[in-house]
Amino acid sequence: MAESKKELLLLSIFQRNPIALLVLGICSALAVTGQMSTAFVMSVCVTLVVAFSNLIISIVRFQIPNSVRIGIQITVIATLVILVDQILKAYSFELSKQLSIYVGLIITNCIVMGRAEGFAMNNPPIPSFIDGLGNGLGYGFILMSVAFVRELLGAGTLFGFEILPLTTNGGWYMRNGMLVLPASAFFLIALIIWILRTFDPEQQEKK
Amino acid sequence: MMTHYLDIIIRSIFLENLPLSFFLGMCTFLAISKQVKTAAGLGAAVLFIMVITVPINNLILNHVLKPGALTWAGQPDLDLTFLGLLTYIAVIAGVVQILEMFLDRFVPSLYNTLGIFLPLLTVNCAIFGGSLFMVERNYTFGESVAYGFGAGAGFFLAVVCLAGIRERLEYANPPAGLRGLGLTFITTGLIAMAFMGLAGMEISF
Repeated sequence: MAESKKELLLLSIFQRNPIALLVLGICSALAVTGQMSTAFVMSVCVTLVVAFSNLIISIVRFQIPNSVRIGIQITVIATLVILVDQILKAYSFELSKQLSIYVGLIITNCIVMGRAEGFAMNNPPIPSFIDGLGNGLGYGFILMSVAFVRELLGAGTLFGFEILPLTTNGGWYMRNGMLVLPASAFFLIALIIWILRTFDPEQQEKK
Repeated sequence: MMTHYLDIIIRSIFLENLPLSFFLGMCTFLAISKQVKTAAGLGAAVLFIMVITVPINNLILNHVLKPGALTWAGQPDLDLTFLGLLTYIAVIAGVVQILEMFLDRFVPSLYNTLGIFLPLLTVNCAIFGGSLFMVERNYTFGESVAYGFGAGAGFFLAVVCLAGIRERLEYANPPAGLRGLGLTFITTGLIAMAFMGLAGMEISF
């Protein structure tokens, strides 16, 4: 391994961020970012699934026949997601209702598939696990930043606690209704990509 | 009765558009929308797959997975709904495989342009999400056909719109950091806002 474990973890959070650079897994990234709490739970779920699917696939990588590898990867991922889904339903039913279908959609989250196919198939278990952890955290980083802006400016709260008192409750803050709408997430992600790419010109697309 | 189905179709095309208001199928949506022609091909493939998979998954849910559905097999208490995710994805993978073989044989030009994105339709969240929404909203068989069609048509419409705009944006000169992906996101956001103008629309006769 050319890269140390720490580099592996940090690289995927910033320089090789799965959302901003590789455009993977945005499907769910945008939908659950209306509130910090859902974004947080979603990040934790995705991080767990990516890390463990990478670990498992990497352990069995020599036993998987090349022609059916996609099917096997999907099965491993689907099993992990079912586990996460059932645990969420059992211990925090409210949140699982709010996340609705997006927990199930982790199966089709391209980050999980992409890391399994692109990294875990060719690397030993421990680095794969760390790579999965890093990618999950990178995903969570974008998710939390978008959710932070959307919940703070859209509803005046963070994790449900009031930060900016709203005018409707006698405070001074006029709620920005647009940030509650789905479209705002597109703009926020565009801004994050713009910032990341301005500070790291290597990531800019060629004309 | 007809208006009910029509309502589901209109609603899923305009109001609950999968990519624009639920952000489903984004990866393919952004990656394949550079040209109108390929975008239309992919949109049609998604439409086709959704019209087939959503009703099939509906049948499987109602006749195999639901509690009590296996009474005829002597298992009245069996609740297999936890296997749902795995079953739906298997059905979708099967249909995608068939479509791939069909296109390879009869429309090789489209098969070549779609390339890797065709097998990747298996993990397209829009298709999978369609099935999951069907489950969550307890659609009947007829409703699920209407929903599959409407959701697929909504994806088709959105991806063709975006491709049309992106073709023009080729000639624009945005800041370097925004070039490509960033600009596409902003465009998508604007389309999503335009679609939001249709909110509140209702079919009533």
